[in-house]
Amino acid sequence: MLILTCPNCGITAEETEFHAGGEAHLTRFGPGASDDDFEQYLFMRDNPKGVHFERWRHVYGCGKWFHAARDTMTLEIFGTYTAQTSTVPQNIIDKITDRRPDWQPPETA
Amino acid sequence: MSEPISALNGATYTQGIAEISALDPIGMISIRGDLAAGYLKKPLKKIAGVDIPAMRGINMIGGKGIAWMSPDELLLICPYADVAANLEVLHKSIGSNHALAVNVSDARAVFRLKGAHIREVLAKLAPVDTSPDAFAPGMIRRTRLAQVPAAFWMVDGDTAELVCFRSVAQYVFDLLKTAAQPGSEVKYHSH
Amino acid sequence: MSTRIATGGRLLNKSNAVNFSFNGKQLRGYEGDTLASALLANDQMLVGRSFKYHRPRGIVAAGPEEPNALMNLGRGGQFEPNQRATTTELFDGLEAASQNHWPSLEFDVGAINKHLSRFLPAGFYYKMFIHPRPFWKHVYEPIIRHSAGLGKAPKEKDADSYEHFHAFCDVLVIGGGVAGLEAARTAALAGAKVILLEQTAHWGGRAPVDGGTVEGASVASHIDALVSALSGMENVHMRTRVMGAGVYDHGYVLGYESLKDHAPAAQGPRHRLWRIRAGHIITATGAIERPLSFAGNDIPGVMLAAAARDYLVNFGVSVGDRTVVVTNNDDAYRTAIALVEAGLTVPAILDARVLPEDSALMARAKALGIRVMMGHAVSSVKGGKRVTAVTVCSQAGEGAVLETIECDAVAMSGGWSPVVHLWSHCGGKLVWDTNLATFRPDVNHPPIGVDGLGFVTAAGAAAGFFGLDDILHDAHAAADGVVTTLGFKLPVDAVSPNADRQEESPLAPVWMMPHGANVKLREKTWLDYQNDVKVSDVRLAAQEGFVSVEHTKRYTTLGMATDQGKLSNINGLATLAGALDADIPTVGTTTFRPPYHPISMGAIGGEARGDVFQPLRRTPMHAWHEANGAEWEPVGHWRRPYSYSRPGETTHDAVMREVTNTRTNMGLLDASTLGKIIVKGPDAGKFLNMLYTNMMSTLKPGKCRYGLMCSENGFLIDDGVVARIDDDTFLCHTTTGGADRIHQHMEEWLQTEWWDWNVYVANVTEQYAQIAVVGPNARKCLEKLGGMDVSKDALGFMEWVDGELGGFKCRIYRISFSGELSYEIAVDAGVGQAFWDALMVAGHDLGVMPYGTECLHILRAEKGFIMIGDETDGTVIPQDLGLNWAISKKKEDYLGKRAQERSHMVDPTRWKLVGLETTDGSTLPDGAYAVGEGVNENNQRNMIGRVTSTYHSPTLGKGIAMGLVLNGPDRMGEVLEFPGTDGKTYNAKIVDPVFYDKEGEKQNV
Repeated sequence: MLILTCPNCGITAEETEFHAGGEAHLTRFGPGASDDDFEQYLFMRDNPKGVHFERWRHVYGCGKWFHAARDTMTLEIFGTYTAQTSTVPQNIIDKITDRRPDWQPPETA
Repeated sequence: MSEPISALNGATYTQGIAEISALDPIGMISIRGDLAAGYLKKPLKKIAGVDIPAMRGINMIGGKGIAWMSPDELLLICPYADVAANLEVLHKSIGSNHALAVNVSDARAVFRLKGAHIREVLAKLAPVDTSPDAFAPGMIRRTRLAQVPAAFWMVDGDTAELVCFRSVAQYVFDLLKTAAQPGSEVKYHSH
Repeated sequence: MSTRIATGGRLLNKSNAVNFSFNGKQLRGYEGDTLASALLANDQMLVGRSFKYHRPRGIVAAGPEEPNALMNLGRGGQFEPNQRATTTELFDGLEAASQNHWPSLEFDVGAINKHLSRFLPAGFYYKMFIHPRPFWKHVYEPIIRHSAGLGKAPKEKDADSYEHFHAFCDVLVIGGGVAGLEAARTAALAGAKVILLEQTAHWGGRAPVDGGTVEGASVASHIDALVSALSGMENVHMRTRVMGAGVYDHGYVLGYESLKDHAPAAQGPRHRLWRIRAGHIITATGAIERPLSFAGNDIPGVMLAAAARDYLVNFGVSVGDRTVVVTNNDDAYRTAIALVEAGLTVPAILDARVLPEDSALMARAKALGIRVMMGHAVSSVKGGKRVTAVTVCSQAGEGAVLETIECDAVAMSGGWSPVVHLWSHCGGKLVWDTNLATFRPDVNHPPIGVDGLGFVTAAGAAAGFFGLDDILHDAHAAADGVVTTLGFKLPVDAVSPNADRQEESPLAPVWMMPHGANVKLREKTWLDYQNDVKVSDVRLAAQEGFVSVEHTKRYTTLGMATDQGKLSNINGLATLAGALDADIPTVGTTTFRPPYHPISMGAIGGEARGDVFQPLRRTPMHAWHEANGAEWEPVGHWRRPYSYSRPGETTHDAVMREVTNTRTNMGLLDASTLGKIIVKGPDAGKFLNMLYTNMMSTLKPGKCRYGLMCSENGFLIDDGVVARIDDDTFLCHTTTGGADRIHQHMEEWLQTEWWDWNVYVANVTEQYAQIAVVGPNARKCLEKLGGMDVSKDALGFMEWVDGELGGFKCRIYRISFSGELSYEIAVDAGVGQAFWDALMVAGHDLGVMPYGTECLHILRAEKGFIMIGDETDGTVIPQDLGLNWAISKKKEDYLGKRAQERSHMVDPTRWKLVGLETTDGSTLPDGAYAVGEGVNENNQRNMIGRVTSTYHSPTLGKGIAMGLVLNGPDRMGEVLEFPGTDGKTYNAKIVDPVFYDKEGEKQNV
């Protein structure tokens, strides 16, 4: 069972206080979007073995959403940051690069 | 108009390792907005007599106070009878600014826990470090109590208060009774 | 025989004799005994029967690794099967019964299986019971079920209670032996917050039995001093009777505390499950001795050498008068020496090794006059329910008997395996140690924690250090390293104590005794005592192609018993490696999974049983409903009245009465569970336009509008009435099940997509008791309460108003889910019951009756109103339900709009909502499918529709239903066939889904 630090209220708590919300940094496609774009947005998700950016909600705590950078293999957590971010913050990228020198930031990030 | 009653109407449990009582209705106003804004700070100070607490803090004086709930949410605690008047003061101060103040007094149930073992009773039900060095008076912790959301704070060394949703008041009372059953001292926080 | 002797018994309180029973026989032991030591003291070596062959089984070990001594303990609500005698502390009145035998332990019919053993080899289940096919279900399985199984299942509800406890620390030390104590001391001296857990009732582990000196004092007094020093430290919490059960991600550990197993009369919970979060975990879990593989090694009286020593030193029990010691290492000599020093006889030590010179221990044994036979082995053990002799052979040969030695016990040692379970649970890797002939933790591959660094460190014997001095130094160094990475600093004067060093001769790996044992011997050589897996079974599995250790385990059941292979694992792997002609590390090991030792189901559940098994949500009027005949319908965690039955009334009668009364007089519905969410801000209208399919921003203050919500995938997720409170504020009603879900849905979009929109939401569902006052007399009832104008002109249909009724401050919504004149009235929850009472009084002469959810369903179905969860199932879009009128054409966007434009969503052949009426007035079965022409590729009849809601309507005197039907709205009047699961076929005509008051006159009066 993971521990996560909510960047909104500063609490480090066990996973049961949180709710996982899937991949982070998706771009919404609405009316007028092509079928391909809409399919990508609604259904297609990365499932990397390694660094993953994901959404969590501190559901039993402050109720706020946030993002986490996590290694899906080792479960190492590189950092968390608020959900009101469209791109991965530089300090998180630096931390990951420090820990995973071969890692390439995703183009969308 | 009838007198309002709390969900458990003053139920108490005194046979266990902590004394548990369901409190009579308490005024609670949920506030959403920019916590740094003067139109919130000023009326709140006037109503509660305390400043807006820092992150995860609770400032209480004599049955009134303010709890930090999230970066844009506070809980104003006051006498039940004062809620309407306090809401009016808040709404007046907020004016056309973007903020929300809403009465949630009846949507909540409040319990008081007393005794030397209350930190242990809480730690049986919540995944929280309730040791004195991690959880002291002045802090509020929103978390889960077994299977429902709850928030609690230490009033003093051997008194805690806990708030949950009204509909689960009986469940929470039963949980606390179970966790405080006779002979269940852990002797972890207390010796 | 095994018996109590005059000396020894350091754990006993001999002044307190304790009575207990075994298989009904009254026996006596002492306080401090385990059930196993007390049984041995009463010459009860035979304690059970094995799983497959029902072979007699004796006590082998003295700890949790014991595979044989499993007991049914207690009775009634405190009965529990499969309890280990070796870890069960004796108490006065303990009742134990052995397992897996019939009719008795001494004479067991199932033991015939042992004569059939050549027909019951590895994988026999798979091989024997395949043909003929029907035999499995009717013959084989019933017989196997009858004869298999260990303990009995309890028949009564568990009388005890259980709990969890969350604890947090910097360093968690698991194991309270010398290593654990030293590690805890070191970590504590550095200032870390330390929790120290010991699974037994005693500190010190096996060091006091093995002996030695620390800084010149006996190891026992060293332990006493250490325990007393640690218990005085503020930053140390130490606890006995807590087993480290499992290590999980990010420093999470489960500790299993036994509170009442040794004192059932005590108050409080029986077990406590510690949920510990540690910065770092030190596993000082010691080591387990391995058996040796020789023929007859399962005969009662054959025991681990260290266990024999434990019983002697700890409990003053001799396991036999004449004990042959057989070993491949020096440690077993300690047993021989201890036995002889206690006045017992050791006819010989059979040592498989051939060594150039004697070690100190060997010399000491010889000095005591013990006959040491180097290079020798057990050829086979003689005896049935008890050892009578061993035959001796050369280890190097094939087992030719050189001599026979009479004895009643055999103490064996195949070396020691570190307890690596906790290290391995969360991914710690192992490395093969050639010198020790065992796996030990690979310090380069620890389990990885939240920061990407290792979070478990093994110390002492658990890390592969076996000499007392080595153990102490390793534990000290391990803890020093741990606290340093955590940011603490060990004071310079805190150093490791030194112990006397005793050099031992190296162990020689012995996986089969004798080395060239023939098949006859191998067939009598047990690896897994509980599951009856022999050396021959593992070899057979290898021969049949099971080269993976995990496959071999499952094929042979090696290590699958309740002891999870604590004794058999390494020997089994070595046997498999031998049969495959491979290295042991290449073969690898099976996966270690938590818990280390079985824990109770009660402890896992904790407090969650009985009344608090799950939360029950109650409305402010819950108690009234209960007192007035409510039958409950669970809706999420809520309980809502399904109907209120009167004496002599069936549930169906009650529902029919409630419907008729509501349509003719008036009814009250507790609608408090419906979600109520405040949405406020300058962008509230814009936000709701995105959330609902219809236009909410144009709603005028004081008015209400019904709205639909879809997921981004286009499917309907909720519906309800939205009231505009003022320019900036809306109140959104949701379904009962939708309140929390929709509130979170709103927060999610506001926080993660439209965080620049100025909107706040608040879930005020439980602030209000909401009561629907429904029926032709509804207005009269409210007028009787008085206080505000509720006339059509003052409060029209789909309007709301704040006011005071009968002295209750309230908000009234003129909305109707029944088609009747209807007011939904919200008051503060604290006066909900009082207001309900007032309505019951005011409505008394107006025919008021409460009604439940089933009546609500019929009322809405008669009107053709859809219900989320009935007409929708997560695959239905509003367009399917003929709700196009509630979908704004003007809006550029709303959640689900793009999805509803996909080809499948605009497919004209999507099933559409219609009404259904049986041709004979009967009620259609719920969920029934309509069948059409032809069959599909699976030769099933093609389906063209299904029933989504179906009821008997007392208003119309016939069955009514709604359903989704292919081209439904274009097929009005057509009769469809619905085959029921009762074998009947129902014929139903397609009709308009609005059955009652099509013009809506009644709700708009």
